[in-house]
Amino acid sequence: MSTGSLQARAEGWLGNNDVRLLIALALAIGGLYALFSVVLGFQLNGTVNTLRRVAFLSAIYAMLALALNLQWGYAGLFNLGAAGFMAIGVYTMGILTAPVTASPPGFGLPLPVAIVGAILVTGIIGGLAALPAIRLRADYLAIVTVAFSEIVRLTLRAPEFANTRIAGVAFGTGGATGLSLPSNPIRVLFYTDPATTAPAPNALGAAIFSAVEPLGIEETLVIGWAYVIVLCLCLGLLYWLMIRIGKSPFGRVLKSIREDQQVTQALGKDTRLFKIKTFALGCALMGLIAIFWRLSGGYASPRMFKPIQTFYIFIALFIGGTGSPTGSIVGGALFASLLFEGPSFIRRVVAEYLQLSNAPDTLVSALAELGTLDVTPLLAYSVQDVSISALRLMLLGIVLVYLMQRHPDGLLGHRKAIASSVALSQQATREDDNE
Amino acid sequence: MAARDYYSRGQNLVYNRPVLVIFAVIGAFLVFDILRQVGTGTVAITDLMSYLWNGLVLGMSLGLAGVGLSMTYSILNFANFAHGDLITSGAFAGWATAFLIAGLGEFSVESLILIGGPIAVGSNELGINVVNTPLALLAGLLVAAVLTAALSLLLDRIVFRPMRSADGVTLMIASVGVALFLRNFLTYSFLTDSRGLTGGNVPQFTVAGVTFGGHQITLVVVAALLMLGTHILLQYTKIGTAMRAMAANKDLAKVTGIPTERVVKLTWIIGGGLTGCAGFLIALQQGTLTVTMGWDLLLLVFAAVILGGVGSIYGAMVGGVILGLASRLALVWIPASFLLVAAFVIMIVMLLVRPSGLFSGRTTA
Repeated sequence: MSTGSLQARAEGWLGNNDVRLLIALALAIGGLYALFSVVLGFQLNGTVNTLRRVAFLSAIYAMLALALNLQWGYAGLFNLGAAGFMAIGVYTMGILTAPVTASPPGFGLPLPVAIVGAILVTGIIGGLAALPAIRLRADYLAIVTVAFSEIVRLTLRAPEFANTRIAGVAFGTGGATGLSLPSNPIRVLFYTDPATTAPAPNALGAAIFSAVEPLGIEETLVIGWAYVIVLCLCLGLLYWLMIRIGKSPFGRVLKSIREDQQVTQALGKDTRLFKIKTFALGCALMGLIAIFWRLSGGYASPRMFKPIQTFYIFIALFIGGTGSPTGSIVGGALFASLLFEGPSFIRRVVAEYLQLSNAPDTLVSALAELGTLDVTPLLAYSVQDVSISALRLMLLGIVLVYLMQRHPDGLLGHRKAIASSVALSQQATREDDNE
Repeated sequence: MAARDYYSRGQNLVYNRPVLVIFAVIGAFLVFDILRQVGTGTVAITDLMSYLWNGLVLGMSLGLAGVGLSMTYSILNFANFAHGDLITSGAFAGWATAFLIAGLGEFSVESLILIGGPIAVGSNELGINVVNTPLALLAGLLVAAVLTAALSLLLDRIVFRPMRSADGVTLMIASVGVALFLRNFLTYSFLTDSRGLTGGNVPQFTVAGVTFGGHQITLVVVAALLMLGTHILLQYTKIGTAMRAMAANKDLAKVTGIPTERVVKLTWIIGGGLTGCAGFLIALQQGTLTVTMGWDLLLLVFAAVILGGVGSIYGAMVGGVILGLASRLALVWIPASFLLVAAFVIMIVMLLVRPSGLFSGRTTA
């Protein structure tokens, strides 16, 4: 009984204030991974690096979920081709920035110009793709967009475009081997000449590096955290933008399209145009976020843009709840920290504490050992690279089915941003509780 | 008079369906271009013939794999993204059986059940092919059908039945979850090794420079027989009539007294069985098996089903064959790395121009 009221109080305290909710979530995830690091006996540098990785992925998936929420949660456009638009953004940026002399050659433009160019290209292609696709039913739109993203991926992978020359301009996608991207732009803050391999730190860099050096924290980690902080600022900006869009006349039209397209049309709104604009904007955002994602790795390859990437974002979105920006951030953070990164940490804990012998070659021999009531061979088999990643994806599948069966609107789906500007439900007695 | 009729009908077509006319013109141009290239000798006639034969083989695979997808799409009203992994499941179940029967006594049960994989069973030593070990293959085909039907029923019971009233998009997303689970369950059990399946001397016939592989012929013949059987089942039996009634109008079917839940079960059984057969035969024809086989085929199968018209069995068959032929013939103009791209483009164009497919208006006939 007391736990129930405690839960109700906690829900009341967190549920009414989004900022509190997000801070509590960040602290909980941070605490969990700090605990993992302690259990695994990491040094300070390793602990801070673990936290950086989780924070980085959480921020990226939160932003991607926000962009997808604009299309699916607000306008009801089922875009199963997110990975394709992400690839277009990253590759446009990569090709525009690659030096003219490099192999494959590019256009040698500065990074900011290339990012603007990539946003424009992704947005325009998104708009063009939406032009005919918008008429389709949701399930056909899903199939068309997933086919589109595969077309993009196969084209980027094709050897014919790996290093090509069209109309006298030489450029290339690098084919199946991938494309090098410019180094992390955040390095400008810390180094005098960030483009070189072993650059000298500038005044700020020298001050910070020498301050953290006694703690055993490396330069790359400082840079990584600086990048994560910038990403979190971007996430905050995007969150604010989504809330603004949601409350603006434009956003209200989108939500009314989601609820009933014909009524919206009857009110004199050109729903087609609204949908195309939303689709283009969402795609451009995905392109930009994918650039943030890949800039930290300095490398892109077609393998990273398989349909599974789209499903990851959808799982993040559905965990949080469609139609609510706060839900998208919660979903992105929970997905990245628990489902995406969690299993590999559990595996490391298992490997650390249960002196596992060599893994059996096959599941059959691992199961055969169960006859002698010895579970360690099965555990050893399960924590191999291939099996743990398969188990992780099986878990994702189960989560997706569970969410669709029990909570098709997600954890915060009950807070779906309503279409009207005033809360109608407070005046009327709530007859439609399923909304 | 007649000429004027034709003229005005043509005029109407151009005004009302300009996109359709444009694509028809492009299509006609491409056919003309093939004939021209063959005429001038740029493309050898034997090349063209083998494109056509390989296209037919691919088309029959896609058609057979598509019948089950088309049935569930029309009767349960959702795009089943787990269908590709049902194909793979059928292939693994069937081939484990075939390996067991062909190699029992010679190799360890463990290695046979895992179809080689981590422990190498030389597929050449087993020598499975349609002449050497027809019984093992027949048993494999049957087990593939039965186990895939059982798996479909189980999935329906656990996943889809509790959400019968949900809308198509929700069911589709749930099926993505099922697909992830199935594929990775296979990965977990069998690991990611690519498996060689057939061995020995597979008979093949060369007629006028075109090679007809024995397993290709097997696939085409068995697929044609299975499709014929499905046609007879749907057209001339009571259960077939009930299925068609349900696909046409679910509420009306229920009111008429058709036991809809039983029809749904039978749909999964028949669709799942055909899907398992498709998986087994496609693996036989390819001679190799990986855990991503079905998932890699899924979009092509969707393309075949949509091209023919969702819900139409003939549509799935004809759509598969057209898609197979078109994508192989596309090799006349484009490099092989764009083969899939061509097939997807055909599907997208079809959805935009005629979303109801070639056999529109017919459901499960």
